[in-house]
Amino acid sequence: MTAPLLDARNLTRRYRLPRTSLLHPAPVLTAVDNTSFTISAGETLGVVGESGSGKSTIARMVMAFETPDAGEVLFQGQNLHALSPYELRLQRQKFQMVFQDPFGSLDPRRTVGWSIAEPMRAIGADGDTARRTAEALEQVGLPARDADKYPHEFSGGQRQRIAIARAIVTRPALLVADEAVSALDVSVQAQILNLLMDLQDDLGLGILFISHDLAVVASICDQILVMQHGKPLESGPAAQVLRSPAHAYTQTLLKAAGVST
Amino acid sequence: MTRRLPVNFILGAVLVALVVGTAALSLVWTPHDATQMAISNKFAAPSATHWLGTDQLGRDVLSQLMAGARNSMAVALVAVLLGGSVGVALGLLASALGGWVEDGVMRLADLGFAFPALLFAIMLAAVFGPSLTNAVLAIAFINIPVFARVTRGAANQVWTLDYVLAARAAGMNRFAISRDHILPNIAAAIIVQATIEFAVAILAEAALSYLGLGAQPPASSWGRLLSEAQTLMYIAPQLAIYPGLCIVVAVVGFGLLGDGLRDMSDPRLSRER
Ligand SMILES: Nc1ncnc2c1ncn2[C@@H]1O[C@H](COP(=O)(O)OP(=O)(O)O)[C@@H](O)[C@H]1O
Ligand SMILES: [Mg+2]
Repeated sequence: MTAPLLDARNLTRRYRLPRTSLLHPAPVLTAVDNTSFTISAGETLGVVGESGSGKSTIARMVMAFETPDAGEVLFQGQNLHALSPYELRLQRQKFQMVFQDPFGSLDPRRTVGWSIAEPMRAIGADGDTARRTAEALEQVGLPARDADKYPHEFSGGQRQRIAIARAIVTRPALLVADEAVSALDVSVQAQILNLLMDLQDDLGLGILFISHDLAVVASICDQILVMQHGKPLESGPAAQVLRSPAHAYTQTLLKAAGVST
Repeated sequence: MTRRLPVNFILGAVLVALVVGTAALSLVWTPHDATQMAISNKFAAPSATHWLGTDQLGRDVLSQLMAGARNSMAVALVAVLLGGSVGVALGLLASALGGWVEDGVMRLADLGFAFPALLFAIMLAAVFGPSLTNAVLAIAFINIPVFARVTRGAANQVWTLDYVLAARAAGMNRFAISRDHILPNIAAAIIVQATIEFAVAILAEAALSYLGLGAQPPASSWGRLLSEAQTLMYIAPQLAIYPGLCIVVAVVGFGLLGDGLRDMSDPRLSRER
């Protein structure tokens, strides 16, 4: 059996909150508690849970923006949090992220082409940066000439396409999408979800797809992990979790999302 | 959408244009040689040849004011650029590295703030001898903590934005991110601060020169003109009033311009408007 693309083991992350009293130590919030999951190449894992359940914290640990207090993130068999900063930067091209807010994830002062080329520049760009930028734009359904425009010239959905172009330009193996369609209109949501699935087929991407909306997760995920208050509640193949949820909480999420069971 | 420019910005811009224009003009033209003495013609009243009259040595007052403008502007410009560059670099570094580097830089900045700025400038000039260069260095030095603090505050906000996270995900290091994303996006805040500090620097230069710790004769500056005129207050008060007015116009001009720029660049204010 080959190792999974991503193997997150017993992740725990605690935040120290501001002190509420001089007499008591600062309270500690466990944002993610002993959570494990794996993602194979070409597979999508959906992480669902209401706001505050620890989903974004998981994303930040997988992206190695934050170090877990316990547990490890193995990406292609490598413990990301054990790498030196330099080694980590060299690995980063292989796992990329798409953010929630399409208006905040592109530097307003940089052209779209500049932003898309950033991951290539980080490892020392070879000559064909412009060609690969154009290619990435076309892959997400935008004309190559858009590279010279600025983010404010685009709609939310188009910007999310640009952010996806930046995320795939280095041919990563894993894509982390944290609420990547939550800020978009429903019709645009469907387009972006379709784009992600097409790219997955073309590139064999593993996707960590995070959303508070079970309906969205149900539509594109192979595996589902349900989180509540930082704890993993249940997980398994999407069809199974959706058909026979083991927890009342999951049923509530299903009802909220209007997914028929 | 048209938005009216703030009044303080317009007024500030007019005054600054006047002062900077005068200083620039003095590079190529002054009515007379500012240092040309003519004792026989001392304390002359305003006339067609000497628009603002002459001083105790018969020098043309207008020409001296124009040459003084040039020196005052040059001192302020170099001091703010110098102190600003170091301060911005320190602020960016503190914000990029965080931890003890950030703490250290900010404690140093606090120290700089706690110390009366002008007193420090006087001390520096006193220890290393009075000269225009030392005045510039002293004024530059007191600007460092100001810019370090403003830069660090603005930079810390930008570091939390998603496009910076995206740059980290791309594998950019913290210095490249500071250069590519942080600095361009906080430039407006820095320019606003620089404009305000320019006003402060003009005042500081005037004060130092007035105390004899700045421009040395025969170089003139508004502060020097003021200090020379001091002993003649009862004979020729206009000699003190003119440079005093120039200082006020310049300081108020740059102060208003900085305020106006801040009003325009602060999205919260502009939304309320
Ligand atoms: N930097 C932080 N400092 C303190 N608490 C945090 C921090 N980041 C997240 N939290 C807390 O951790 C919990 C999980 O947050 P998050 O992972 O953003 O949840 P989700 O993405 O599922 O909405 C929340 O209670 C949140 O307030
Ligand atoms: Mg979140």
